[in-house]
Amino acid sequence: MSRYSIVSLARNALNYHKGWEEAWRSPEPQPEYDVVIIGAGGHGLATAYYLAKEQGVTNVAVLEKGWLGGGNTGRNTTIIRSNYLQPESIALYELARSLYETLSQELNFNIMFSPRGLLNLCLTEHEVRVFRRIVEANRIAGLDVRFLDAAQVKQKVPIINNSRAARYPLLGALYQPRGGTARHDAVAWGYARAADALGVDIIQNCAVTGIERRRDAVSAVETVKGKIKTKKVAVVAAGHTSVVMDMAGVRMPIESVALQAFVSEPVKPMLDVVVMAGAVHGYVSQSDKGELVIGGGADAYNNYSQRGSPPALEHTAAALLELFPCFSRMRMLRQWGGIVDMSPDRSPIMSETDVKGLYVNCGWGTGGFKAIPGSGFVFADTIANERPHPIAEPFGINRFAAGRIVDESTAAAVAH
Amino acid sequence: MLLLICPVCGAEGDETDFQYGGEAHIARPASSTPEAVSEADQYAYLHVRANPKGLHHEQWLCARGCGKWFNATRDTVTMEFKAFYKMGEKPPRTPRTRSAKP
Repeated sequence: MSRYSIVSLARNALNYHKGWEEAWRSPEPQPEYDVVIIGAGGHGLATAYYLAKEQGVTNVAVLEKGWLGGGNTGRNTTIIRSNYLQPESIALYELARSLYETLSQELNFNIMFSPRGLLNLCLTEHEVRVFRRIVEANRIAGLDVRFLDAAQVKQKVPIINNSRAARYPLLGALYQPRGGTARHDAVAWGYARAADALGVDIIQNCAVTGIERRRDAVSAVETVKGKIKTKKVAVVAAGHTSVVMDMAGVRMPIESVALQAFVSEPVKPMLDVVVMAGAVHGYVSQSDKGELVIGGGADAYNNYSQRGSPPALEHTAAALLELFPCFSRMRMLRQWGGIVDMSPDRSPIMSETDVKGLYVNCGWGTGGFKAIPGSGFVFADTIANERPHPIAEPFGINRFAAGRIVDESTAAAVAH
Repeated sequence: MLLLICPVCGAEGDETDFQYGGEAHIARPASSTPEAVSEADQYAYLHVRANPKGLHHEQWLCARGCGKWFNATRDTVTMEFKAFYKMGEKPPRTPRTRSAKP
């Protein structure tokens, strides 16, 4: 892999940009790998990268039924934050957020991390109490998170409606100054390029059709490109987790639903922080192109269609118009849906399973993008050392039967 | 947009007139001695879901009609309803298709 730098840019410019290499290879699968990762989204690619980089396991394949980063990694609203309530979640999401800080340098790929600051608005008295509690929990954990009153929020977001006649009056906000956004495609591409350079085979258009078990252990993966022998399979398939795990005979506590997002026409800079409003189900940031990137609540019912339902869109648009009346004449450019994997406690599952050699990383629900580096880092450690990484340990699949849930419904139910 | 027909009162409407209630036909591990129910059974009842890519038997509430819960069979890829049937009835083996017109 040739390094990207100002020198390589200049050299290629003089050559009319004909000399750029492919960012990653497109190899055919080998007959056997040490680890097979199912799913080349952000979490799968990050897992492959940290397996190779931190654990020295380079005989790794990442299988992808479509194209890499084409699922939820390319469909989210790119928000990064770590202001969760439970200590287990704070440890995980803050690891991810801190890795994002230097990820462009680490991967030699500009992921456009923009820690522009993030506001979780309080629009009800209940939210004020909850977010004050989260602020204290975050500060105990050493996070730079603070509470802003309504006047301070208005100062940061001049276009916000702080009228006292509003149906949900602005009462304050939780503020994380180092929260923000990153370019989601670049995160997938950066991890793919760096993992490929370390010897990982990324095999696209290679749907998995079966997981072969010999007694209580995995032995091979059946794919449309033939059988691949392996002793370790890591399922990182987001919305299709239940389907893939079913191939190994493991039933999951997961439900797949559609989550939508939409983008407005580009306008001049009007919003330089990320604004999230859980009470009314809407969140928005402005992209570098000037588009408003808008998301809201998930559809209620099980869905594998990657399309959403108009009522959910209308609900989100109504919520944001209440907050930002100046958006009312803005035209929307495009809308899309992703299939998210909802776990019972709205916390992820990063776990070994009852099947030896079968690992699963799922349940990120509506907020997996922010966790990609941390998830990959601890999951790679879990797979390589065959025991849960300390940060992954609370997120084992056995926590539900044991009653040790990591309840993030308040911090994570809607606003991601 | 999903279009539904309540098999109890016959009300037709879209998904905003009804309320989703998750997977149908999940039996609570019945026991007169709750402590005899194993953790695995309780976990399966509370959290494990079929979550199929394809036909899904599910519960809906006729929220703006008769207020009764009923069952439906829906394809989770095409969003097409194959059947609506009352609580207590078994899912139809051959899906009887009754198209809901807008």
